[in-house]
Amino acid sequence: MALPKVKIDTTEARLNALSLPAAAGWTQTARQDALSRVTEMGLPIKRDEYWRYTDPTALTSVEPVAASVYASENGDVFGSTECLHVVFVDGVFDAEASDELTLDGVTIERLADSQSADIHWAKDLFGALETAGQNPVQRPLATLNTAFATDGLIIRASGKAAKPIHVSYLQTKTDSDAILRHLVQVDAGAEVTLLESGPAAARFNIVTEVSVADTASFHHVRAQGRDHERRAATAIFARLGTESAFKSFTMTANGVMTRNEVVIELTGDDSIAHVAGVCIGAGRDFHHDDTVFITHDAERCESRQVFKKVLRDNATGVFQGKILVKEGAQKTDGYQISQGLLLDDDSNFLAKPELEIYADDVACSHGSTCGAIDETAIYYLRSRGVPKAEATDLLTLAFLAEALDEIDDETIAETLRDRLAIWLERPQG
Amino acid sequence: MAATDRPEMDVKEGVDQETVDAVAKLSGKYKYGWETDIEMEYAPKGVNPDIVKLISEKNDEPEWMTEWRLQAFERWETMSEPDWAMVNYPEIDFQDQYYYARPKSMTEKPKSLDEVDPKLLETYNKLGIPLKEQLILAGVEGAEDYKEGERKVAVDAVFDSVSVGTTFQAELKKAGVIFCSISEAIKEHPELVKKYLGSVVPVSDNFYATLNSAVFSDGSFVYVPPGVRCPMELSTYFRINAENTGQFERTLIIADKGSYVSYLEGCTAPQRDTAQLHAAVVEIIIEEDAEVKYSTVQNWFPGDENGKGGIYNFVTKRADCRGARSKVMWTQVETGSAVTWKYPSCILRGDDSQGEFYSIAIANNYQQADTGTKMVHLGKNTKSRIVSKGISAGKAQNTYRGLVSMHPKAKDSRNYTQCDSLLIGSECGAHTVPYIEVKNNSSRVEHEATTSKVDDDQLFYCRQRGMDEEEAVALVVNGFCKDVLQALPMEFAMEAQQLVAISLEGSVG
Repeated sequence: MALPKVKIDTTEARLNALSLPAAAGWTQTARQDALSRVTEMGLPIKRDEYWRYTDPTALTSVEPVAASVYASENGDVFGSTECLHVVFVDGVFDAEASDELTLDGVTIERLADSQSADIHWAKDLFGALETAGQNPVQRPLATLNTAFATDGLIIRASGKAAKPIHVSYLQTKTDSDAILRHLVQVDAGAEVTLLESGPAAARFNIVTEVSVADTASFHHVRAQGRDHERRAATAIFARLGTESAFKSFTMTANGVMTRNEVVIELTGDDSIAHVAGVCIGAGRDFHHDDTVFITHDAERCESRQVFKKVLRDNATGVFQGKILVKEGAQKTDGYQISQGLLLDDDSNFLAKPELEIYADDVACSHGSTCGAIDETAIYYLRSRGVPKAEATDLLTLAFLAEALDEIDDETIAETLRDRLAIWLERPQG
Repeated sequence: MAATDRPEMDVKEGVDQETVDAVAKLSGKYKYGWETDIEMEYAPKGVNPDIVKLISEKNDEPEWMTEWRLQAFERWETMSEPDWAMVNYPEIDFQDQYYYARPKSMTEKPKSLDEVDPKLLETYNKLGIPLKEQLILAGVEGAEDYKEGERKVAVDAVFDSVSVGTTFQAELKKAGVIFCSISEAIKEHPELVKKYLGSVVPVSDNFYATLNSAVFSDGSFVYVPPGVRCPMELSTYFRINAENTGQFERTLIIADKGSYVSYLEGCTAPQRDTAQLHAAVVEIIIEEDAEVKYSTVQNWFPGDENGKGGIYNFVTKRADCRGARSKVMWTQVETGSAVTWKYPSCILRGDDSQGEFYSIAIANNYQQADTGTKMVHLGKNTKSRIVSKGISAGKAQNTYRGLVSMHPKAKDSRNYTQCDSLLIGSECGAHTVPYIEVKNNSSRVEHEATTSKVDDDQLFYCRQRGMDEEEAVALVVNGFCKDVLQALPMEFAMEAQQLVAISLEGSVG
């Protein structure tokens, strides 16, 4: 079917402003393929069903919308956890601020460096999961990323990583436009944790492809910062082998527009995938979209999606989640919950929690609720002498707790819980 | 098709003949698959402005109505078929359909029972409509004097394109209720039709509704005046008989201030190899303090067990709760049709208005159902409740698709949605696509959905009490649907319960 004119125009304008890297080495084929695919499918426009609740215009415009730089407090979000630090400033690797890229049990390279070679183990991974993730729903922004990613990390865990890898994305320019790509391969039996934080750039397009082999496990915790104005489209594509585990948690506070997509394919029996997120948003600009697509293509797998959004002052929270159980994926256990807490009358919560099931011996459920804070609970707390604002914060944190429980690492969970309390107390300012 | 054509039942040892017979009786094939061999009058195949004019002319319509239809047709030509539903079917050739067919014997009204085409009478007899009503349906003058004093249901029967008769009109008239075919209403009550037609489902609403606006041939019209509680249940019976004929009926129900009406709708069609099109529009207007109950048992021919034939059911139904404290309740049992595309909706405009939607959708063999509801909360303190039970068996696909929207001004509103899916067999699919849009914080929205298979423990329990597997499944499924079955009027609840069992025939083992 012919694409609508506005889509063709948007795509042409955006692609014309970008250029493929001159010497792309082993990524060359995938990049060229991605360029032709994105040209064919076109970039998202507001009329697309998959963008029903989020206007992608700022993500596809030729120039990014200017974003002020705030003194970020993101750097130390994971301060209490010992990590290997990697820093990108406005999407550019900062060697000085970063630790040396060596870690027991893991090899870490940079995409930009490794491209000088023609052969690399990651060649089979780069763009492969993104391509597979285009069906049944197109994700052209991720394809754009495959073609034009400038840098990122190539991580291969062959054993248990000695400590988590923490990637900080700092923003110093008001008009930076970053496209980064991470590739993660977790070999059989290996374990690695990836932490991410920071606003990154005025506009940020990041894609992470994660291949988790049999019995391997991958943990991911992301703090998308506060008080930033950046607009981001992130995507994680993961493929899971037998008895493997994938856990991802994202925390967002304030800021402007974010679209987080997570696409997971459970291809090995007995694997588990947990995706969770909390967001606290204030202000008319705030628009936070979690779009999750989990495909069960093996037996006895478990998936959980837990998303909580606290919204005030005209903020908008979006959740589009889907569990697809393919034929033969018997004994699937799929769970999905999305909840919105509206702290005032002007905020919006928009949800589309979907189930698509082709196997009969499954237990899948989803729930979605939205409402205000329970007045009776507030009254109870106030009658015990807790001031109203504090009572509201307390109940808000209690509301978010279920999602925070999804974080396995207690230290990290505790840090984030404290951070949330601080962010709640002091709204945008 | 005769019941003996049923595939050999696998009778397990120890099951007595009585059980076998009981199940055999229940598990008959599509019961209404026969065809009435009756002389029909057709308009030429296809649709164009001339056909639209012809339909209008056949119905003896005033000029404004013809104009309205032509405008709809013009609009329809610019539209394309929607493709977002989770249904697949071969492309429909809209020019390869008859848009108008009616029994020839209806050209002139018969004077007595002897003059009625016996085949028409036979048809209604087979459908189980009581004789006294048959007389009226057949258009016999004075038939309303036959009184039996039992519980009354007034029936408007639509045979292919035309309404063949409406019962109890006089008695309804006494109460001030107008219940007649829409073609009659256009002539007799143009002021009401003009005011309300297209006011809930606008001409340009969607592809099928627009087509319906251009070519609808008949349907029912109900007007309940202020403060009147309709003395009996009203019912429309739709029957598609002629081959290659699309049925496009239009129903308009107006419940004026403080009134109440309960409306039942039933549908059947003969069994044929070719798919047939059905695109209806139902509009309901509910004023202050009024209440409308709309119940449907949809049992169009679902296609045979190989997915051949069946009705394509593309229906737009919408209720507009205009007045404060108005109330609407949709109840549907969807067991028929090869493809169902249907979303009875509630526009909760009046403050304190209420909308309810209870649905059982059963898809077996190659049936595909994409059905659900829309609850649009506009007024303050509005309430809605959705209970949807989807059952998939064989190779069928069953989708619940729904929208709950709380607009900024719909303060203190409330929605509760529960949609459960049951899977019988490993080749079918059950899907849930809810849209939830909340734009104020004093409203509460809750959505719950589960998908599971028939519980083995429950089946085992039934089996060890001597039940056949199929019977056991029917019982468990009936239990699964209980919430919805209870919402049906008595007349329909029994029929629906049996339908549930019949529709699942052949789904086990």
